[in-house]
Amino acid sequence: MSIGAVGPAATEPDLPAAVDDSPLPARVTRATERTMTVVNGELRLGPRLRALWDNRELLLLFIRTELKLKYKDSILGFLWSMLNPAMVLGIYWAAFSVINRGGGIPQFAIWLFAGLLAWNLFNNAAMTSTTVVVGKAGIVKKVAFPRELLALSTVGVAAFLFVIQVGVLVIVMAALGMTPALGYLADMPLAILDLIVFTSAVAVFLSAVNVYYRDTQHLTEVALMAWFWGTPIVYAYGSIASLVARHPSVLFLKYLYVCNPMTPIVMTFQRAIYGKASYVSPAAGNTAHVATTLLPNLGVGGYALGLVVVLVASVALFLGALVVFGRLEGNFAEEL
Amino acid sequence: MPAAIEIDHLSKQFRLYNEKFSSLKERAIHGGKLTYEPFWALRDVTADISEGETYGILGRNGSGKSTLLKCVAGILKPTSGEVRIRGSLAAMLELGAGFQQELSGRDNIYLNGSLLGLSRAEISRRFDDIVAFAELEQFIDNQVKYYSSGMYVRLGFAVAVNVEPDILLVDEVLAVGDAAFQRKCLDHVRRFQREGRTIVVVSHATDVIRQNCERCMVLSHGNVITVDEAGEAIRVFLADLLGVGKPEGDGGEGGGNVIAIGSVRTEHGGSGTRPHLYPGESLTVTAEVDSLAEVRDAAATVAIHDDSGELVFASDPDDPATFIELPQGGGVLHFDFPEVPLLDGTYSVSVGVRSLSDTAIYDWKDQEAQFEVANPGRTTGRVRMPVDVSFRVRSTGTTGEVPVVGRDLGTDGREPSVSEAAS
Repeated sequence: MSIGAVGPAATEPDLPAAVDDSPLPARVTRATERTMTVVNGELRLGPRLRALWDNRELLLLFIRTELKLKYKDSILGFLWSMLNPAMVLGIYWAAFSVINRGGGIPQFAIWLFAGLLAWNLFNNAAMTSTTVVVGKAGIVKKVAFPRELLALSTVGVAAFLFVIQVGVLVIVMAALGMTPALGYLADMPLAILDLIVFTSAVAVFLSAVNVYYRDTQHLTEVALMAWFWGTPIVYAYGSIASLVARHPSVLFLKYLYVCNPMTPIVMTFQRAIYGKASYVSPAAGNTAHVATTLLPNLGVGGYALGLVVVLVASVALFLGALVVFGRLEGNFAEEL
Repeated sequence: MPAAIEIDHLSKQFRLYNEKFSSLKERAIHGGKLTYEPFWALRDVTADISEGETYGILGRNGSGKSTLLKCVAGILKPTSGEVRIRGSLAAMLELGAGFQQELSGRDNIYLNGSLLGLSRAEISRRFDDIVAFAELEQFIDNQVKYYSSGMYVRLGFAVAVNVEPDILLVDEVLAVGDAAFQRKCLDHVRRFQREGRTIVVVSHATDVIRQNCERCMVLSHGNVITVDEAGEAIRVFLADLLGVGKPEGDGGEGGGNVIAIGSVRTEHGGSGTRPHLYPGESLTVTAEVDSLAEVRDAAATVAIHDDSGELVFASDPDDPATFIELPQGGGVLHFDFPEVPLLDGTYSVSVGVRSLSDTAIYDWKDQEAQFEVANPGRTTGRVRMPVDVSFRVRSTGTTGEVPVVGRDLGTDGREPSVSEAAS
């Protein structure tokens, strides 16, 4: 039994392979009705910002992907993002409350954790952002999309971990019977917004620069370490303020702290979460009660004012970072 | 017809650093002054690509064709000039670009689809189509790092074609997967064409351009050589290729210039009616030969290369049928191939005359003439091999085994073979 030719008769010179004869979909629009995209060397901030907004779904997907990859193949999976901060909190408690006594600050672990909460978001995003564009070279070289999203995704991942850490903190504080300063909690949304915008600015900037100068990532590591100790997290701002009050020659220190956008953010976190701006050491022996100031004695509005200034600066920095990114991005595909 | 893509005086400069300094230290040592040579990957490229057109960009490696595609796709920023694009655009520069090895096929479909501009809802709607197209139903929840390269590429293509953009940019990715999958991809491209979508294909393979494109741009060293109807553009491309690519002093001067080969031509069974020949038709190669003296111990050689420079055929140097005697004066050397068993492709013919007594080569014309084979059937591959398929019922089995007659061959564990239809 011979089957014969399966293919079409071999006389048709052109191949009109009419296998799939599905009807024309109506969604093929005429060119004149379509939106026009222009690709050129110019850099316009407006369209860039709009593109970021239009691609917010992609941003969420990047974040989800990153989180999935982070805990992939680990038995406890997402539980780690909870266990990790809980363990860190436990270690701080053991190290500072029991062994060192944290310079006398009561409930030092909570004090420290309040500041670390803000710092960790910034630190995580800044560290991972340096390598994110380089690490995703495969996509960057082959697909067109707003590449800033890669940098922003590192902020998103850090923000997710931040939320988990807040959860851990709430549980621990409830267990210890500590209450935050309810009034100052009103400043928290603004402080978090500041933190996100400022961190985004830094992340966008670093991710682009590291494509051209690969030692950015190492420099960033060192710089973040210095920055951490230059921000009143482990110690209290109050100790710096009293130092300046006693020795006016180091007044520049105060300006240095004021210029650090992380200072107002961290202090707001501490004020709201830790709940107290000062503490009183109990009288010991023949010394009287000593009041130690931890944080500036400002009202809710006072803290908010500092945050507004930081917000304005952060937005400006973010736009500046987008401009830098846009300039450098043009040649990403060849530099990688 | 309005233009879907307008390329307006587009130039792209790359900097070729004499040495690549990518750390601050190195830059500091060199005082920030980096020595680089400007390299123009594209120079003042202007073109209009009409809506619904399938447009080819043809060029050798390094001609700037991929740079042009990347500029149109928005991956690279042009140094000057601009591209105006009407409608949605998706670029297939690499199949499965951005696949995450650690994630499942399912997650990667969402990731890749989003990168190509689909919303989550759209991907969910097309998800089953994509999986079915890629033929990966049972592996879709496996990590893609366990996929074979074929599965990987199929998934990449399946996502890309399901994006259904107004404009599709394709960079030499059509030649992937096995023959059956290639067929499917080609069908998809044909459907896109029928639906009036604009397709831009970048390739160095002339047969891909010829089969798919209406018009074609030829790039060489970043400059547009020509924009023309595909057949003519390919001719210009090949002329450029041979003009530039011919090595100096190829072919020996060993025999002096006793014999000089002039122009080489090809003629085939269908000459006069169409430019290409069909598989199985005859081919005649003729070469003008001038001989300064009588040569009695010469042998003629003919060789055929495909468009990637691979040798397809070279005549047997010991075959007495190739021995020739040349009187003084001129003549025409004929090589008659009664049947060309090649399938699609552009082939180049080289002709030489050498001495039988020693190793001297009188003259050698390297890849001097071309011929084109276009296969009207659906056979794929390189050569035409007639095949008969038959099914024979097992005659000894009287019990149990019921002879399967009239059952679909494919379900019998055997591939239904495609027999080559005679042209």
